[in-house]
This record gives sequence, C-alpha cells and structure tokens, in this order.
Amino acid sequence: MSVLVFAEVSEGKFKKNALEVVSYGKKLAEQLGTQLTAFTINAETPSELASYGADKIVTITNNALSSFDAKAIATVASQIAQKENSKVIIVDSSANGAYLAPIIAGQLAAGFASNVVELPISMEPFVVKRKAFSNKAFQHTEINTDIKIIGLAKNAFGVFETAGKGQEEAFSTELINTGVTTVSIQQATGKISIADAEIVVSGGRGLKGPEHWGLIEDLAAVLNAATACSKPVSDLGWRPHSEHVGQTGKPVASNLYIAIGVSGAIQHVAGINASKVKVVINTDPEAPFFKVADYGIVGDAFEVVPELIQKLQKFKTQNS
Amino acid sequence: MKILVCISHVPDTTSKINFTADNAAFDTNGVQYIINPYDEFVLAKAMHLKEGLGASITVINVGTAETEPSLRKAMAIGADDAIRINAAPKDGFFVAQQIAEIARTNTYDLIFAGRESIDYNGGMVPGVLATLLDYNFINACVGLEIENTTATAQREIDGGSETLQANFPLVIAGQKGLTEEKDLRIPNMRGIMMARKKTLAILEPIETGDKTGSKGFEKPQENAACKMVAADNIDGLIDLLHNEAKVI
Repeated sequence: MSVLVFAEVSEGKFKKNALEVVSYGKKLAEQLGTQLTAFTINAETPSELASYGADKIVTITNNALSSFDAKAIATVASQIAQKENSKVIIVDSSANGAYLAPIIAGQLAAGFASNVVELPISMEPFVVKRKAFSNKAFQHTEINTDIKIIGLAKNAFGVFETAGKGQEEAFSTELINTGVTTVSIQQATGKISIADAEIVVSGGRGLKGPEHWGLIEDLAAVLNAATACSKPVSDLGWRPHSEHVGQTGKPVASNLYIAIGVSGAIQHVAGINASKVKVVINTDPEAPFFKVADYGIVGDAFEVVPELIQKLQKFKTQNS
Repeated sequence: MKILVCISHVPDTTSKINFTADNAAFDTNGVQYIINPYDEFVLAKAMHLKEGLGASITVINVGTAETEPSLRKAMAIGADDAIRINAAPKDGFFVAQQIAEIARTNTYDLIFAGRESIDYNGGMVPGVLATLLDYNFINACVGLEIENTTATAQREIDGGSETLQANFPLVIAGQKGLTEEKDLRIPNMRGIMMARKKTLAILEPIETGDKTGSKGFEKPQENAACKMVAADNIDGLIDLLHNEAKVI
C-alpha cells in the first residue's frame, strides 16, 4: 500500500503546488502508516522531493511529455498507482491538475473529491473537507472506493520540509496515442500568473477607466504581485478576461489580496475568499468588501495608492 | 453535427448559502435557480456552431423535476430537444455515468459541459464522461474552431493558454472566453413559446454504485472585524502587513 502524488514541474523545476501536494501526501501517508510515492515527469532534480517527504520518487523522462498531455499522463498515473498499490492519489488544483484528476478517476473507477482543504477528517470512513458553493461553504465528502483521489486546493495546506527516504526509480512505458495534440503554447512572459502569485493586486470599477491601470500595475510590480480585476471591469473590456477573478472567473488563493475600488459583490468575494489576508481600499465606507477584509482604508485610490507604492518601495529598499 | 450540452441547475450566483438545521443538506428555501453560468457559455457556443455550420443540439440534465425550467430555458435559447435523467445526482461520477449511457446510444460528435458547476464545484463530469466514452477531451476551453470533424481549441493554463487539436467525438469543458459575456443568449418570446412544444424526454437512471457520499456541510468561520487604517497612515498599513500579518 502507498500514497501517490503527482509532482508537476514547470520547465524542469517544481512549482509550489508540487511541493504542497508532496507535503500533504507525506502527512497523509504517516497517518495511514504507509509510505509516500511521488511521480514526476522530466524533472531536473527529482531528489528535491525527498526533503518534503517523498519515500519513493518515480521518475519519467520522455520528450513526448514535454507538453502536457492529460490523458497520457493520467494513464501513466493509473499504471504507477497499480504498480505501487496506491490507495490514495493526490493531484494539485492547477489548470493541469484539474484536467488530469477526473481522467484518472474515470480510468480507475475511483471516487474523487476536488478542492480538498485539509487532511482527512477521518480515515475509516475516509472523509475529507472540501470547498463547495464557490467558497461560500465546505462539504464533508466520504470517498468509499478502494482507490481514492484527492484534488488538493491551492495554498490550503502549505509546504513543509520532512525527510523522506527518497529512493529513486525510473519508470518507462509505451505512451498511448491520445488524440489530443498540442499545437502551441501562449505563455504570458514577464508577468506573474494569478495562479502562482503569492500576492494579487486587483482593481474594480472604482478606478474609473482602463487608463488608470498603471496604478494597479505599479503596485503589483513593487510587491512582485499578479494583477487581477473584478467582473464588471473585464465585461467592460478594460482588462482581459484572463484577469477576471471571482465566482465565474479565476479563483484566488494568495497570501495577500489587495482590492482597490472593488465593492465586494458576493460573487467576487466568493472567488477570492481563499486568500489569507485581504486588504480593501475603497472610497465608500459602506462597501460590503470591508465586512470580509482584514485591513481596510477608506480613501481615494488616486491618493492612497501612489503613496502606498512610494512607501512600499522605501520599505523594500530598507528590508532587502 | 450532433451536439449534446450538459446543463446544471444551480443556485443563483447572488444566493446566500445556508444549510438545514442539522447541516446535512443545502437549504433551498428562497433560493432562485439558474442555468450554471459555465454551462451558459457552452450553450451559447453550441448555438453559434449550429447557426454557422448546422447542428442539432440536445440538452441534458441529471436531476429531479425541479430542474426542468433550466432545460426549458435552454430550449428557448435554441436547443432542439432535452433529456432529463430522473434522479437526484449523488456525485459527479454518477452524473457522468448517466450521461455516458445516453451518449453510447445516441452517439454525439461534440459534448459540451461547463468546466464545473458553481454549487458543488466538483469539476469532474466532463473528464469522467470523456474517459468512460473514450472520447477526446479538452478542459477549461476558452476558444474553439471547428473544421469538418477537427476541433482547434484554446485551453486556459496557469499564466497563459495553449492551443490544442482533437478530432470528434470530443468532450469540451468550457468557460468564459469560449463565448464573450455579451454574446450570451437571452430567450425571446418566440423562443419561449417554441420551447413549450419541444420534446423533453424523461428517462430513468441506470444503476450504479456510490463512489462518494455527502456527510454534511459547514460554513466558513466569520471573519474577525476588519482593522481600519486611516488614509493618511500608509506607514501603519505597511507595518501591519509586515509585522502582524507577515505577508510582505
């Protein structure tokens, strides 16, 4: 028996999501009294996973998997799960993780719970706590199949260093022909993605027009943050859809979320609620966002934000 | 081209989410229901394909009779007919199994579903469905062109997008971007009248085992009161973020 995690790399390196699923998988394996197997594809230094608790590291090196082929990787995952006798399979909630997990579930006829936020509430029966109703509630879900699949919510568990045995083993297999081919990848360069960002700076209609977005971008630059916007802003075409965060946009689970000129409609808050610390800057003291924020400033963004940028720059120089 | 569009019937996005006294079930009291917003994007895309290339559109829902207004609305928007599998869905796997059963007999070229539903957010129906049917599958689709039986699609990835190609039969899990917000369809009176005459077939579910079960719900903890900082005390805010919240 074992617990299996998929540790994904981006350009050969492990992302935070990958280290988080390994950390989670290790704790879960300990609770089950078993070992953690991590599998990874085209990683530069797979041995890194041992520091986060991987007892066995199954490495796959295959150029055909240099672009993300969900079905091919799911098939590899299913094969490894069978070989390792894995009873729990854990995948992250990145765009690729969310693509992969349901395919593995279908292949193994396994129960799957997505958006899981903590270690299981109980092992017998196997019950996990997951986000539901677009972050407005949690559901306790029992998985009652022999093999259980968990989609771990982003930034919910954290990354922990624990020593694992780190025994490496290469795995090679004939890849199936999946019928979906990658033609090209359009990666925004020089920008931090909302999915990966520790800090997200978001603007709403209170900024009055797309010409004022320099404020948001400058604040994001000094904080090394991603930029985001509310739904009306993307609907008005001020900013691209890819920046829309909220219930029907991208979910945000950053450490710090700064909302400027966003009133805090229930749909917006649902999408960003998983962020740990929320700062709201708004002219309207009655803005609903203040009810769910941790820190608030009632003030004009056009005065507050430039000063914040300037003082943060000073703070950065002093603290670096 | 034969298209199947999977429709979820979900609480309106502005709904306050409450549970029954024992926290065992969602409290539907006073809740308005809508077509799942992600499904609206794929339905509008299906209509766009129907008008451009010619297609028949069937909409399907796994649910009890209360979900029928959403299927009628989908037909008012332009779907040709509807199927309701008469069962309270147990989980996403169950829903996928029921839809797969229909697709095996009716064979569709293209099956659309929203990326996830905004109530249970499982995000598993499209992927499991494609796997059970051995159809090609593209998740989080934000752009789609069809030429003969080949689809060229954009998928959202972390920090960008990716262009993929796949042949029919194909399952597409869509979201905003696949259709622009302004191109979403609103039924007109003629559509509503016509929808009344369209077929809504009610079928019984197939037997399946339970893979997961709901054991209850909880609401997030109330946020502690927001600490207000004066607009002329930016240093104070930076100090709080650094020393108290430890996020910068």
